Amino acid sequence: MNVLVCISKVPDTTSKIQFTDGNSKFDENGVTWIMNPTDEWYALVRGVEIKEAAGGKVTVINVGDSSNDQIIRKALAIGADAAVRIDANPTDAYFVAGQIAEYAKDKNFDIIITGKETIDYNSGVVASMIAEFLDLPHVSVAEKLELNGNSATITREIEGGSEEVSLETPFVLGANKGLAEQRIPNMRGIMMARKKPIDVIPAYDSVNALTATVQYEPPKPREAVKLVGSAQELVDLLHNEAKAI
Amino acid sequence: MSVLVYIELDGGKIKKSSMEATAYAAAYAKSAGSSVTALALGLADSAELASLGEYGASKVLHLNNAQLDKFDAQVVTKLIADAVAAEGASVVVMSHNYAGKHISGRLSARINAGMVAGANGLPDTTNGFVVKKGCFSGKGFGYFNITSDKKILSIAPNSFTVEKVGGTASVEAFSAEVPANKITVNKQDKMEGGIPLTEAELVVSAGRGLKGPENWGMVEDMAGILGAATACSRPVSDIGWRPHHEHVGQTGIAIAPNLYIAIGISGAIQHLAGVNQSKTIVVINKDPEAPFFKAADYGIVGDAFEVIPQLNEALKNHKANN
Ligand SMILES: Cc1cc2nc3c(=O)[nH]c(=O)nc-3n(C[C@H](O)[C@H](O)[C@H](O)COP(=O)(O)OP(=O)(O)OC[C@H]3O[C@@H](n4cnc5c(N)ncnc54)[C@H](O)[C@@H]3O)c2cc1C
Ligand SMILES: Nc1ncnc2c1ncn2[C@@H]1O[C@H](COP(=O)(O)O)[C@@H](O)[C@H]1O
Repeated sequence: MNVLVCISKVPDTTSKIQFTDGNSKFDENGVTWIMNPTDEWYALVRGVEIKEAAGGKVTVINVGDSSNDQIIRKALAIGADAAVRIDANPTDAYFVAGQIAEYAKDKNFDIIITGKETIDYNSGVVASMIAEFLDLPHVSVAEKLELNGNSATITREIEGGSEEVSLETPFVLGANKGLAEQRIPNMRGIMMARKKPIDVIPAYDSVNALTATVQYEPPKPREAVKLVGSAQELVDLLHNEAKAI
Repeated sequence: MSVLVYIELDGGKIKKSSMEATAYAAAYAKSAGSSVTALALGLADSAELASLGEYGASKVLHLNNAQLDKFDAQVVTKLIADAVAAEGASVVVMSHNYAGKHISGRLSARINAGMVAGANGLPDTTNGFVVKKGCFSGKGFGYFNITSDKKILSIAPNSFTVEKVGGTASVEAFSAEVPANKITVNKQDKMEGGIPLTEAELVVSAGRGLKGPENWGMVEDMAGILGAATACSRPVSDIGWRPHHEHVGQTGIAIAPNLYIAIGISGAIQHLAGVNQSKTIVVINKDPEAPFFKAADYGIVGDAFEVIPQLNEALKNHKANN
């Protein structure tokens, strides 16, 4: 199996999110960057498992500048064989997916895996965009994948439950919890990763972003909590004041 | 130049999230001096579809084909693109629920339309086409200008207040070539009865403070009294006390109900990421220092095993009298 895993760099889950320059920019000051959790724990590890079971190769791809090499190295340490970085600012999901699709279109990948969504822009649409650009089927928010030769059975989340579907490779997969177990890179993996090259390529001119960031806004602060002494008091407040029940 | 809204059907019935999308499309169309055309794919009767008029659609295009009851995003995308061309639509609206996440991105790539995934509020067209959405897992908002001619807005579930405007929509058959599905749906495993979390206006949620799955009866009772959905923190679904589809937070489902009641949940930042856009938050925790109280509107410091039965009693009386 020839597998491509898409990885993105995001602020750590516990980062304080602040904006600067009149709320026009995300404040990177003091932010620790990590590989997006669903990319690392589920997309990448499931990709590596597929290779371990069926043979083949796992390539990771990232759209971003050289500050992303740190997460790419981690992906190589976890078990990816090769890495590609498209050297461009990941302006929007359309741009990212278009760039990845341009790279992938003549490489015969059997499975392209992304995370469910990034924890910074929370779009969850890159998998579906890549699939449409390449005219492939795709399944997002997948929590289980079984492969039997070129046939796949996938369980995905739906409203209030799950759905089992089957399809044939090649396809695109959006990975969610359940698909694999997180792996911590070991010393050997980290050493091996140092020797693996990162193939840095320029952006494809044919794909441009279709949206532009105008501004950010912090959430409105909530008023201090009202602590109440009895259940009845709470019910009255929820009814009369919050008008929630 | 109508606004096209994608209608998701479930067993021939219009999903609530699609009613919300229609109302949103109608509000936008009104400001743009346009009208709303809805596209429904799959088996449904005309009376059901005509009811979309109540939410502001003037016309419904219907492709009454049983194949479309088995969801394949690639096929749906092709058909929406056909309808966009037939109607000359420049704005497409849908819910950013599971189906919307599968379709909106594909459609964006197919018709080269810029999109905002999980839009929160109507576009501001005074200077471009600027749409707000939640970012950084509930820790901020971003405003994005869609610069392409065609635009897609997939709207965050439960983010738009639905008002019935009254009216009926004309239902017209839509004909288009339907490609074969590449994905076979084998089976569905859905909760029986109850309200799916992603569609709920009221949510009752509990965490590790409940000690074990056997204690969820009182949580389910509360949900039953309120007509609420149930949710849980991540460790609770990880240990298997509750099903995965109830897990909310950064790595679970993000929700924004009108009321979120959190029982025995500490309020870790990753949990808050999935629920902090709820309109009203109630926290019940025996530890007055629990971080969740800082993110709550109302709180009771107390033992869940004492407070919940009292609260259920008070809620029952309230429901009986209102
Ligand atoms: C990368 C990452 C992603 C994560 N994603 C998520 C996510 O999506 N969703 C999520 O929920 N978590 C997530 N977590 C885990 C999160 O950090 C917390 O560990 C988790 O939310 C804690 O769950 P809890 O509040 O149920 O349990 P605990 O932290 O154990 O809290 C239990 C609470 O119950 C209270 N309590 C105990 N007994 C009683 C009683 N009798 N009556 C009333 N109150 C009582 C305690 O005071 C305590 O506050 C993530 C963590 C990481 C690192
Ligand atoms: N800059 C990027 N480079 C590579 N992959 C990305 C990038 N941004 C997003 N992705 C992938 O697309 C998935 C969904 O992203 P999104 O649609 O932006 O929420 C992520 O989980 C990644 O797997």
